[in-house]
Amino acid sequence: MSKIVEGLRYSKDHEWVRLEGDKAYVGITDHAQHELGEIVFVELPPLGERYGKGEEISTVESVKAASAILNPIEGVVSEANEDLDGSPELVNEDCYQHHLYVLQSYSKEDYESLLDAKLYEAYLASL
Amino acid sequence: MSEPLLIDLSKKGRKAYCFPPLDLPRGFDQALPLLPANLIRQKSARLPEVAELDVVRHFTRLSNQVHGVDNGMYPLGSCTMKYNPKLSEHIAGMREFTQIHPLQDISTSQGCLSVMYNLLEDLSSITGMSWGTLQPCAGAHGEYTGLKMIRSYFLKKGEAQRTKVLIPISAHGTNPASAAVNGFDVVPIASDEKGMVDLADLASKLDDTTAALMLTNPNTLGLFEKEILQISTMVHNSGALLYYDGANLNAIMGMATPGDMGFDVIHLNLHKTFSTPHGGGGPGSGPVMCNDTLRPFLPKPDIELTDSGYVYRWDDEDSIGKVSLFWGNFLVLLRAYVYILRMGSEGIRAAARHAVLNANYVASRLASTFPIPYGKRCMHEFVLSCENLKEQYGVTAQDVAKALIDEGYHPPTMYFPSLVSEALMIEPTESESLETLDTFVDTLLAIAERAKTDSESLKTAPHTTVVGRLDEVRAVKQPDLRY
Amino acid sequence: MVYPYIPHTDEDRKHMLKAIGVDSLDQLFDGLSEDLLLSDSVPISHGRTEDEVQRMIDSIAQRNVRGIPFLGCGCYDHIIPATVKALSSLPSFVTAYTPYQAEMSQGLLQAIYEFQSMICEITGLDVANASLYDGANAASEAASLMIGAKRKATTVLVSETLHPFTLQVLQTWAKGTEHVIRLVGEKEGVVDLSSLASLLDPSCSGLIVQSPNRYGLLEDYTDVAGILHEQGCLFAISNDPLSLAIQKSPAEWDADIAIGDTQSLGLSLAFGGPSCGYMAVKESLLRKIPGRIVGATVDEQGRRGYTLTLQAREQHIKRERATSNVCSNQALAALMTTIHLSSLGWGGMVDAANQSYAKSHYLAYHLAQLPGITLIWDKPFWCEFPLVFSDAKRMRKFLQELRNEGIFAGVRLSSLTRQVKDELVLLVAVTEKRSREELEMYLAAARRVMK
Repeated sequence: MSKIVEGLRYSKDHEWVRLEGDKAYVGITDHAQHELGEIVFVELPPLGERYGKGEEISTVESVKAASAILNPIEGVVSEANEDLDGSPELVNEDCYQHHLYVLQSYSKEDYESLLDAKLYEAYLASL
Repeated sequence: MSEPLLIDLSKKGRKAYCFPPLDLPRGFDQALPLLPANLIRQKSARLPEVAELDVVRHFTRLSNQVHGVDNGMYPLGSCTMKYNPKLSEHIAGMREFTQIHPLQDISTSQGCLSVMYNLLEDLSSITGMSWGTLQPCAGAHGEYTGLKMIRSYFLKKGEAQRTKVLIPISAHGTNPASAAVNGFDVVPIASDEKGMVDLADLASKLDDTTAALMLTNPNTLGLFEKEILQISTMVHNSGALLYYDGANLNAIMGMATPGDMGFDVIHLNLHKTFSTPHGGGGPGSGPVMCNDTLRPFLPKPDIELTDSGYVYRWDDEDSIGKVSLFWGNFLVLLRAYVYILRMGSEGIRAAARHAVLNANYVASRLASTFPIPYGKRCMHEFVLSCENLKEQYGVTAQDVAKALIDEGYHPPTMYFPSLVSEALMIEPTESESLETLDTFVDTLLAIAERAKTDSESLKTAPHTTVVGRLDEVRAVKQPDLRY
Repeated sequence: MVYPYIPHTDEDRKHMLKAIGVDSLDQLFDGLSEDLLLSDSVPISHGRTEDEVQRMIDSIAQRNVRGIPFLGCGCYDHIIPATVKALSSLPSFVTAYTPYQAEMSQGLLQAIYEFQSMICEITGLDVANASLYDGANAASEAASLMIGAKRKATTVLVSETLHPFTLQVLQTWAKGTEHVIRLVGEKEGVVDLSSLASLLDPSCSGLIVQSPNRYGLLEDYTDVAGILHEQGCLFAISNDPLSLAIQKSPAEWDADIAIGDTQSLGLSLAFGGPSCGYMAVKESLLRKIPGRIVGATVDEQGRRGYTLTLQAREQHIKRERATSNVCSNQALAALMTTIHLSSLGWGGMVDAANQSYAKSHYLAYHLAQLPGITLIWDKPFWCEFPLVFSDAKRMRKFLQELRNEGIFAGVRLSSLTRQVKDELVLLVAVTEKRSREELEMYLAAARRVMK
């Protein structure tokens, strides 16, 4: 059973978003990390760049797969999680604890249009 | 025993090869202009310094740690690992061919041009196409070329909005990759419950933004797309073109032609269907054949036969241009030509018939032990599942494959296509005798038996090779890619 | 009926059909409709015995004429030690598949690892792949890499002094896509980078140059890397790898990508194929390099082994998100290069390169003395040089006289560029393999014609 955390929003591409004031933390869900298997590399996006909703922003690689991460809400990359440089497997260990990157000046509208925990759970069941 | 790197056997001053001394008039080399200092290389490179015998032993020992078709059966689905004739190797070593420069005067290379022209004629006949190009160096390169021709065709026609290529989800990864590299968007097409192209899904996705449907027939499950003529009609009615991935041609050559099925453009894999050796991953060759619709877009130069012999033709203004530095992998083309000469019309047909016979025989003997989800009647290959072994004993397709290595076989293709879980795709080819097939089947059945009583040894196989299963994760996380 | 390379007897077929549960082989094709089934195979000629095939090939081969090739332009007649053919003909190497099953392919994987290492050493860069189709395709893969590495970039700058066929391959690569190839002009035989900075705009991803260039001239890339890097662009240099024994390596020019063709390192002329492209990059581009890569690791017992790695970049995994579709490469050709370099060593490479340099200068010097022939530019060159003739008639006579001596005097530039303005230009290549006797024969014939 995939772990889903209340209070976060989810995209259909299995990313989660958590708001903390003017910052939006973005990561991948338990479903995604499980599908990938042991993660060996995370490509972090460059700081200061604005990415649109649905734009390819990162790649998460396991030995046998490479998954494109599509940015769930429009915003400017203000931080990238450098812990993942040396230890990408942290995402497998706790995908909700270890985000990939942080956005600022993000679109509230895009955030509102994401799925809440219940809807994401239903979505996963339909797959 | 593992083999050290040649660089680690080096000894300063050792030489494997000596060049003759520079023979120019005395004083000339004093008069040689020096290169400007800032163009001169500063740091020397570290290459082996060993004796000739060291080189010979090193590579001979390395070759002993490699398994080729010459060593044993290679039932790799979708790769057609048939026997590579020694005659072809012998001819490909003839100095009359190896010492010909690609740019020497055309009157002096008529032999090479004759081989290429004749090969194009034969491949046109075998595929039911009008003409082609021999420039692409591999199947994926052929796909790239064919798709580029399709793109140029629609741009010329004023239908630039045709930016989508439809590809079955069961297709080989090079199909969507080649489409993407050419700037197309890929639209996946579902398979129905019989493993065939889902016609309803196809119908719903064909529209005036479709450039092409890419298909292989038989498909990657080894099944013949029976509705191919209907598919062809549907695709052409929507104004799109039909592309044939020739990887599975070995099932039907001499029995049917892709041209008759309605395909507009095809790539072939000479290193599969036409017996040229795989060489550990290349060089291969991926000729592209097409009908009259796409012929103007073929890469240039074309080869034409005139009264004064073979000539190059460069003036095709719709040609997509060049896809290789010169004319293609000539020595590979030569081998394929030799194979076709040897086999002839009846041999080509017999190859397909026996490839299909062999696959069905193996499938029929395995079907009661390994589920074959799409049925045991197939063309030249079939896909079985190890799902039952996994559920009952925790033994996966990979475990079965690795266990086969200990028995002297190269494993079948694993985990492809993704339509079948714990998949093993088996393509025996027509080269293998009844005895070889029976021994292979017996071995697989024995492995299935062992899963019940000794699954541990299967999960840790292979045991008899120079190394066991390797830490792939470490290879990626701690890249060590050079000495 | 016994067919070549098909072992089945009538008895075998009967037995197998019975086991399958069908009456005839034809039944196995009943999925194919009547419209499709050929009654009698395809219209090619009947099969031949080995002897008949050999005779036919012999008569075709006789239509080829071998000469002493002073021909270059991307394919060179260098000395190749006997070890190359002998060892690359070992049956396991020749008939093996791609080494996806690492445990049973260690020999091949190690050989590729050694190839990658040697390419890194020669180019000076950090990571090399297991080979690409040829030098021209290495260039288009470099262009793809550059575009993929810079966000919103669409353009690749390319020197006009690249091999004309490489330029064509690049132009074909761009055709029908949103990629743009922008040419950087030549001046006096070499690429004109004097206004490089002004050519760089946000849509530019990088620059590709070649040295020796299409004329055999060596190019100077001082300050080029700096200008490109400042604008977030990448720098790719294409070389004849043998020339790197003498000229500055891509690493020494601070290039990000090194590409080229290893034909000059162990591959015969063979009418231009198979060849073998290579690519090496700086560490920072590790995840963007196309093609297969072999890496070292350990097994459960801690034994060192080799495996195909970083496969997440490859087409069979990335599928429609792939930036390269390369699958098969030129493995056996790369093996030949590896054996060749193992036999030569760095000392041998330097020797071959020095002799090519010396002999080409010898011939050029003396030819330039003759009336009606000029060495176009007084600029540094290696192995190959461009001559221009004063008139077409003399040029024709020159080529014919040499041909009568069994010498192929050079490549006419117009046969590559297909432009009338290049018809009087002859590109002459002189490798270490050209003996003193051959050189003097060339000069004697030239002197007879151009007096």
